[in-house]
Amino acid sequence: MGSATCGDSALVIADRPFESRLIVGTGKYRTNSEMFRAILASGAEMVTVAVRRVDLDRSKEEGILYHLDPAQFFLLPNTAGCYTAADAVRYARLGRAAGLNDWVKLEVIGDQRTLLPDTGATLEAARELVADGFQVLAYTNDDLITALRLEDAGCAAVMPLASPIGSGLGLVNPYYIREIKRRLAVPVIVDAGVGTASDACLTMEQGVDGVLMNTALADAENPVGMAGAMRLAVRAGREAYLAGRMAAREIAVPSSPASGMLE
Amino acid sequence: MTTSIDSAPGTGPGGSESPVAASIVLNGERRAVESGLSVAELLHRLGLDSGMVVVERNRRILSRADLADTPVEDGDRFELVHFVGGG
Repeated sequence: MGSATCGDSALVIADRPFESRLIVGTGKYRTNSEMFRAILASGAEMVTVAVRRVDLDRSKEEGILYHLDPAQFFLLPNTAGCYTAADAVRYARLGRAAGLNDWVKLEVIGDQRTLLPDTGATLEAARELVADGFQVLAYTNDDLITALRLEDAGCAAVMPLASPIGSGLGLVNPYYIREIKRRLAVPVIVDAGVGTASDACLTMEQGVDGVLMNTALADAENPVGMAGAMRLAVRAGREAYLAGRMAAREIAVPSSPASGMLE
Repeated sequence: MTTSIDSAPGTGPGGSESPVAASIVLNGERRAVESGLSVAELLHRLGLDSGMVVVERNRRILSRADLADTPVEDGDRFELVHFVGGG
């Protein structure tokens, strides 16, 4: 960390510090080797994983723990693919039973086409999981009221979307994201929708605590290269936020002195 | 469809006779297994590392410590899950 930075502090979720404000998923990579190299290039410490049935015919090599060392990365189990609160709670408990931690990225989907969250079911599951001792990081939409309710429910972090999962549409509602960040005390992590480095940078410039992405890396032509770009973008956006941007104005102001011109 | 999990050689009573089977459902698939197995033994026969798999038996999660003491019983429904890539 050079002296020309604004002295950013760590991202702290549920009393646990993370040096990187970038959280990455592990899905959809062409190979496990590419996934591993992309995660390293991203600098992320926290990575998400999904809970699925073991394929009994193909045996054991496919499990992600054969490719990612839980001592090297903080693995965050998700409830992706769940459409009811009961299913999400079931998946969360299965993930916790793996014995790594008691954290969960809670996701309850309400619609197949948009993968937008079912916020009522998300709240219901969040309350049950918090009562059961989980640290809940809740994926939600960019709605302030739901974000406030999730915080009230005891979530360790609230994770509004930038745009739909896997869409790569970038940050569609910076105003709502800023307002959520202004109003919540728990960390706000923007989860889903980031497509490229400028999206990540712009998202971090809103003042949020972190960004979570998967498809932007896995579907890039060069995931490892994009992971490196995202690492820089998240850092740049954070530094720009801390530095405080100039006011935008719709008229030019010269950068060179108006005085001292030749006659 | 019922598939049978091969028992270890020489474990059946009376030599070549196959032991009494229990019918269970593993990850949605019906299977016949030798009766009297523990869940830990079942995982072993499936070639699974119990440290890498989480077992749900009849909708209840089994702790790793309980795998060796929990019997596989006729009609049991198991979900064997692990972590895979996801976002």
